[in-house]
Amino acid sequence: LPQAKYKERGTVLAEDQLAQMSKQLDMFKTNLEEFASKHKQEIRKNPQFRVQFQDMCATIGVDPLASGKGFWSEMLGVGDFYYELGVQIIEVCLALKHRNGGLITLEELHQQVLKGRGKFAQDVSQDDLLRAIKKLKVLGNGFGIIPVGGTYLIQSVPAELNMDHTVILQLAEKKGYVTVGEIKSSLKWETERAKQVLEHLLKEGMAWLDTQAAGDPQYWLPALFTELYSQEITPEEANEAIP
Amino acid sequence: RFDSGVLLLSTHRLIWRDQKNHECCIAIPLSQIVFIEEQAAGIGKSAKIVVHLHPASSNKEPGPFQSSKYSYIKLSFKEHGQIEFYRRLSEEITQRRWENLPAAQTMQVNKSPQAGRIRAVGIVGIERKLEEKRKETDKNISEAFEDLSKLMDKAKEMVELSKSIANKIKEKQGDITEDETVRFKSYLLSMGIANPVTRETYGSGTHYHMQLAKQLAGILQAPLEERGGIMSLTEVYCLVNRARGLELLSPEDLVNACKMLESLKLPLRLRVFDSGVMVIELQSHNEEEMVASALETVSEKGSLTADEFAKLVGMSVLLAKERLLLAEKMGHLCRDDSVEGLRFYPNLFMTQS
Repeated sequence: LPQAKYKERGTVLAEDQLAQMSKQLDMFKTNLEEFASKHKQEIRKNPQFRVQFQDMCATIGVDPLASGKGFWSEMLGVGDFYYELGVQIIEVCLALKHRNGGLITLEELHQQVLKGRGKFAQDVSQDDLLRAIKKLKVLGNGFGIIPVGGTYLIQSVPAELNMDHTVILQLAEKKGYVTVGEIKSSLKWETERAKQVLEHLLKEGMAWLDTQAAGDPQYWLPALFTELYSQEITPEEANEAIP
Repeated sequence: RFDSGVLLLSTHRLIWRDQKNHECCIAIPLSQIVFIEEQAAGIGKSAKIVVHLHPASSNKEPGPFQSSKYSYIKLSFKEHGQIEFYRRLSEEITQRRWENLPAAQTMQVNKSPQAGRIRAVGIVGIERKLEEKRKETDKNISEAFEDLSKLMDKAKEMVELSKSIANKIKEKQGDITEDETVRFKSYLLSMGIANPVTRETYGSGTHYHMQLAKQLAGILQAPLEERGGIMSLTEVYCLVNRARGLELLSPEDLVNACKMLESLKLPLRLRVFDSGVMVIELQSHNEEEMVASALETVSEKGSLTADEFAKLVGMSVLLAKERLLLAEKMGHLCRDDSVEGLRFYPNLFMTQS
């Protein structure tokens, strides 16, 4: 009999707290509605405000983009903005994958996404893209963000890229290509290690080999070819994106 | 030369000022404008406004050029502002306010023989207005930030409360009903708080995700059948969200719903390959059986890369590769990994032993 009493009390305690949370949730929802009625536009139109908003959420341990069913998404409309951006990012990456092996600079991704959205759409910043990509990782498609020379390379294929690969990508970022000789002198690696890493990038289609260059063969990264930027996505490529 | 600058509009004039060299400033009276037209942006072209002008009067002030064979000028908006500027300029041309209001300040002309440098004093008034507008916008933003801070303080309280409840739940393992656990999870979902007890992905296992799982089973049946019974999760994400248009699913919503497919005995399931690639399959789909037909296809052609196989069979390259990798894992295919790419061959070691 005493045991049953304890059990009862335990349940009641939890019930109380849950009831309290439910009430506070309702209040919070009202506060959020008020905020949205005054400042929803600010979020929509101002990329810096979005950054502030996201940073503050992260500081207190809240993820406004976790679910479309969350208050933030429902009332501020942040969800739809980022989830739709996710779709557009996936489509651009798929369409261009055969050109660059699944690696693309944040700049090029930004340009292509803006083009796809048309001139009347809401403005999208690079920070917005990065946040959308971080959310896409959970889909298991290999989305990753690789810092290179002050910007980022976005990976969109499940190829394994370890520290060695990343370091070489960073080295190649300056000129768009890298040679075995440069790797050996900058990173002090053995020839074998440099070659292994470069071959992996070649196999994945992320690097192309130019044997006709004077001197050392040059390993070029199509993701870094600036001449290819703003080249329209062809209809054939667009078909790849929408299976 | 007049490459990078700021365009300003007053009631009387159109003014352009060089971004780097503020001394370099050119202007044209609005009265000189006959009409304006827009030119849309295109590939490698920025949006423009074409301004058609009356012939220059004989007492025209000296400017950057003495004469031109063209009767128009083009304003190129490399960054933004074309739409709004066109609207405002149209308004000013229609209203013709310069006819009613005398210009407040006179222009002083630098009579140097070099290309037109005009020190236009009217600029100061315009700049003051811009500064005021900036302050006004700043005020709106600071108000927004203030309200945001207050809101975040309240959100923080919710986070603290959820932690305290989670602790209570941990202590009283087994004494909290399943119903209450589900309720708690849905509260966390609304706020976007990670489940402090299990640290598992946000709000998994809530009623919302259960419903979503059932919905997905309905929506995806036909598309799956069209695609040979299997789709990658990114494909599903795009398909479902494009169809919804509004109230989109977050990637986590999708994953959490798919995780419940099997336990809800729905006709689809979530499968994760070794590579980490996640797919949705029809229950009736058997990837291992598909491997047998893949082996046939590869044998017919001698060898195939994932790209070639994908094109032949009409699959996405991603899934084609996974099938070939699975076939390799099962011992039916072996690989030739060269710089030319990854190529799969029938595993003769198996068949010829």
